[in-house]
Amino acid sequence: MSLIARIKQFLGFEAKPDKEAKPDSAKSADTGASKQEVEKVAEENAKPRIGYIHLSGCTGDIISLSENYDILAELLTNMVDIVYGHTLADVWWDDENPMPEMDLALVEGSVCLQDEHSLHELMEVRKKAAMVCAFGSCSATGCFTRFSRGGQQAQPAHESFVPIADLVKVDCAIPGCPPSPEIIAKTVVALINGDMDYLQPMIDLAGMTEACGCDLQTKVVNQALCIGCGTCAMACQTRALDMTDGRPELNTDRCVKCGVCYVQCPRSWWPEEQVKKDLGL
Amino acid sequence: MVLGTYKEIVSARSTDKQIQKVSQDGGIVTGLLAFALEEKIIEGAVVAGPGEDFWKPEPMVAMSADEIIAAAGTKYTFSPNVMMLKKAVRQYGIEKLGTVAIPCQTMGIRKMQSYPFGVRFLADKIKLLVGIYCMENFPFASLETFISEKMGVNPEMVEKMDIGKGKFWVYTQDDVLSIPLKETHGYEQSGCNVCLDYVAELADLSTGSVGSPDGWSTVITRTDDGNSIFQQAIEAGAFETKDMANVKPGLDLLKKLSAQKKDKNQKTIDKRKEMGLPVPF
Ligand SMILES: Cc1cc2nc3c(=O)[nH]c(=O)nc-3n(C[C@H](O)[C@H](O)[C@H](O)COP(=O)(O)OP(=O)(O)OC[C@H]3O[C@@H](n4cnc5c(N)ncnc54)[C@H](O)[C@@H]3O)c2cc1C
Ligand code: SF4
Ligand code: SF4
Ligand code: SF4
Repeated sequence: MSLIARIKQFLGFEAKPDKEAKPDSAKSADTGASKQEVEKVAEENAKPRIGYIHLSGCTGDIISLSENYDILAELLTNMVDIVYGHTLADVWWDDENPMPEMDLALVEGSVCLQDEHSLHELMEVRKKAAMVCAFGSCSATGCFTRFSRGGQQAQPAHESFVPIADLVKVDCAIPGCPPSPEIIAKTVVALINGDMDYLQPMIDLAGMTEACGCDLQTKVVNQALCIGCGTCAMACQTRALDMTDGRPELNTDRCVKCGVCYVQCPRSWWPEEQVKKDLGL
Repeated sequence: MVLGTYKEIVSARSTDKQIQKVSQDGGIVTGLLAFALEEKIIEGAVVAGPGEDFWKPEPMVAMSADEIIAAAGTKYTFSPNVMMLKKAVRQYGIEKLGTVAIPCQTMGIRKMQSYPFGVRFLADKIKLLVGIYCMENFPFASLETFISEKMGVNPEMVEKMDIGKGKFWVYTQDDVLSIPLKETHGYEQSGCNVCLDYVAELADLSTGSVGSPDGWSTVITRTDDGNSIFQQAIEAGAFETKDMANVKPGLDLLKKLSAQKKDKNQKTIDKRKEMGLPVPF
């Protein structure tokens, strides 16, 4: 099934809720359940089942998610079902307790090639989740785990960390170190509304598995595209970028290879329709 | 839609004598940011302030009308204003921020607001984005070439620069010098040659000199907020206005220049695509 079809299915576009609701209400007439209760059940059935998989990441991504205080309670109780995860739901997976089926799996962190358990978990997630999202830059680009050379406690052999797309098919990516609470909220709302136009950049970004502040030089300045706006330097979350003579200058010692600068640059990709829509123009 | 989506277009100028004296054209940018500050619509504004070198601006956070006024006037080289937005919020604690931006900077800001991947708690703090028209921008060394070499003027003597009537103008205390724009061609940054936006189509409101008489500006209001702040300022007596139909050279010139920029740069885009070079638009 194509990705679009799967997302549509995941969003209930083809779930034909009307038809499904009818046999339900017929049944409920027997049991005497009220119409509201039936609607509630139908609604609950349609809630996307989400899993949170924590590989080699710092927990920053999930903290950022939970910083959406104003919508978090509503989100977790009424809009989605968290069916798997150690932090958001106390659900662990082992040989006795199979991993549940998921509509969407958010994967935080890169995957360590020397860590059998992580590899195993990632493969299992790919089997159980309709959509896999590289959530945060470690998962999407490797980010600062790209610098690992092993030889450290608690496990000196853990040396090689790669973005999850190196091992499994990834359907969408939300880079950021961490992604902002706002982009997480916007993405979730777009998913629930089936706003594919909004999600398209995340789908495209699934292919960006290597990033560095030097991308600005090779992919923007070298390509005769830089216009000295300073958006990259504003966006950098580690203050690795400065603007010198109207061009980004990278302090490589500070760069964590998150990719945010290039992703935010107006000359890397340009979401014209979405911007106009958001502004009402 | 050669001028983008808009609500109204008028010719206007600031009624403040001090602003009239220092501003580039009708003092719309300075007058409006100062008005918004006074009315507490914003708490501060990012502007292109004076830098260490003469005519080499540095983005700065202005917290008072005096600081906004000190940044008046066009500098025809890079001032990466977008870069300062985050600092304004984080380091200056500004919750309601204003800024001035050329079209490409506007795009960086708007993209960040629609897709704030790695940018936390900034998107909704930008309350007023005043856009200025822009045909092209120059590296600082290009400006030095025009002024020092082509015109034989010491840059420190220059009090104002301007582009208009087919010429690049330099004002010193006792002289007005110019070179035809064909002498400046080839010195602009090449990123400008794929830019399709002349009149800051995504700003809250946009302004520039073209279309209005000397000392006046052509103002295009776009978003609801931009329109209402400008109307408030007119009602408060901060600006006087004239109907575009009654001013020379009038709207046709603005439309003509905008169409010319789009046509010419679309050709560059097509040529780049033929060569297999990346283009974001
Ligand atoms: C590179 C460039 C090219 C332009 N080309 C055109 C053109 O082709 N046609 C046209 O009609 N108008 C053009 N303008 C706009 C015009 O020169 C005036 O800036 C505009 O009319 C505003 O005048 P004002 O009197 O309202 O602003 P003022 O009150 O003088 O304030 C100007 C504001 O612009 C800011 N600013 C100055 N230089 C820069 C910069 N390099 N980057 C970002 N912000 C800056 C200042 O901080 C100040 O706040 C251009 C401006 C720039 C910077
Ligand atoms: S320069 Fe900054 S934003 Fe860009 S990749 Fe490096 S750390 Fe990330
Ligand atoms: S964000 Fe702006 S300054 Fe940075 S590389 Fe892109 S165009 Fe250049
Ligand atoms: S022409 Fe376009 S790209 Fe060049 S400085 Fe002006 S707005 Fe920016």
